[in-house]
Amino acid sequence: MSDMSLSQIEHEAGMGDYFALMKPRVMSLVVFTALVGLLVAPVPVHPFIGFVAILCIAVGAGASGALNMWWDADIDAKMKRTASRPIPDGRVAPGEALGIGLALSGFAVMLLLLATNLLAAGLLAFTIFFYAVVYSMWLKRSTAQNIVIGGAAGAFPPMIGWAVATGGVSVESVLMFALIFMWTPPHFWALALFVKSDYGRAGIPMLTETKGRRSTRNHILAYTLLLVPVAVGIGFTSIGGPVYLTVAVLMNAWFLKGAYDIWTRSDADSEADKHAVEIKVFKISLYYLFAHFGALLVDAGLRAGGIL
Amino acid sequence: MTIKVEHELHDRRRGRNRGMGLILVVLVGIVFGLTVVKVLQLGDIQQFETFDHVARPQLELQTEGTE
Repeated sequence: MSDMSLSQIEHEAGMGDYFALMKPRVMSLVVFTALVGLLVAPVPVHPFIGFVAILCIAVGAGASGALNMWWDADIDAKMKRTASRPIPDGRVAPGEALGIGLALSGFAVMLLLLATNLLAAGLLAFTIFFYAVVYSMWLKRSTAQNIVIGGAAGAFPPMIGWAVATGGVSVESVLMFALIFMWTPPHFWALALFVKSDYGRAGIPMLTETKGRRSTRNHILAYTLLLVPVAVGIGFTSIGGPVYLTVAVLMNAWFLKGAYDIWTRSDADSEADKHAVEIKVFKISLYYLFAHFGALLVDAGLRAGGIL
Repeated sequence: MTIKVEHELHDRRRGRNRGMGLILVVLVGIVFGLTVVKVLQLGDIQQFETFDHVARPQLELQTEGTE
């Protein structure tokens, strides 16, 4: 009997296991883009309120990550990349993840409402709902466009940041949303082309599996072409500036060149050089997003400093 | 038979308890900080004394005074 009780309590999670539920790396991107959305807005925010707002957005993102891990524990266990996540690894019980996800969602939304305004809190609640329910529960396992629509969840943070400052939605915040929304598919599909995936085994309809790799290459080019006008267009709104416009033109040319290279290649070429181009474009896509939001921040800084 | 008092599990539990304690302290700090910031942002401190669903004599006096 003592043996049994010991083996049961052996599974008790530590603080770090709970933290891992919140997808810290995704959270860092959310914090960065939300912070930019908040700082480029034309309305100044008290630093403490800004800090609390970003914290709420980060915790909300983490909570939706925990809900995603709760729902997807069965498929996570089947894929090598995700098999070591806390739930399939047995470090956290599924019910705990659900509880943490729901509790933190509630706290994050309520605190954001108290600290800022109803629109920001409502957008955060919708983002959590969208990621946990629309993406994880509904689309991820049923359509090859899962990445496209799921990308919307990742695109909301700068919009929430903007709403924290202004209490509204505007062309600028919608374009920042569109930038991440259009960027997510080529970014993810470039990854899907070179990572030896086991999505098929887990029964997830990734584009590479359902429509084939050739079609994925076409999709990458098409979405990158749609992304360019959005990215450059931001440069002509009130948050754009010379730094942003320069960065946008250069980065878009670079990314578009990469997407074109992926498009012209066949899978045989890709196998021959161990997916060198696909890996390069994936890295470019990471610089791409960071550079765009970083440049927005620089232009906002220049405006605040009176240089522009 | 010796009873092992310290188990690796106890460390994990201690870590969890400390983490939870820290989170609660931070939450208290945030709510307090928000209160201070929001009050200081009011500018006109008399905004505190606005209508609150009950009869407030001091408000009556104010409106009388301004008329």
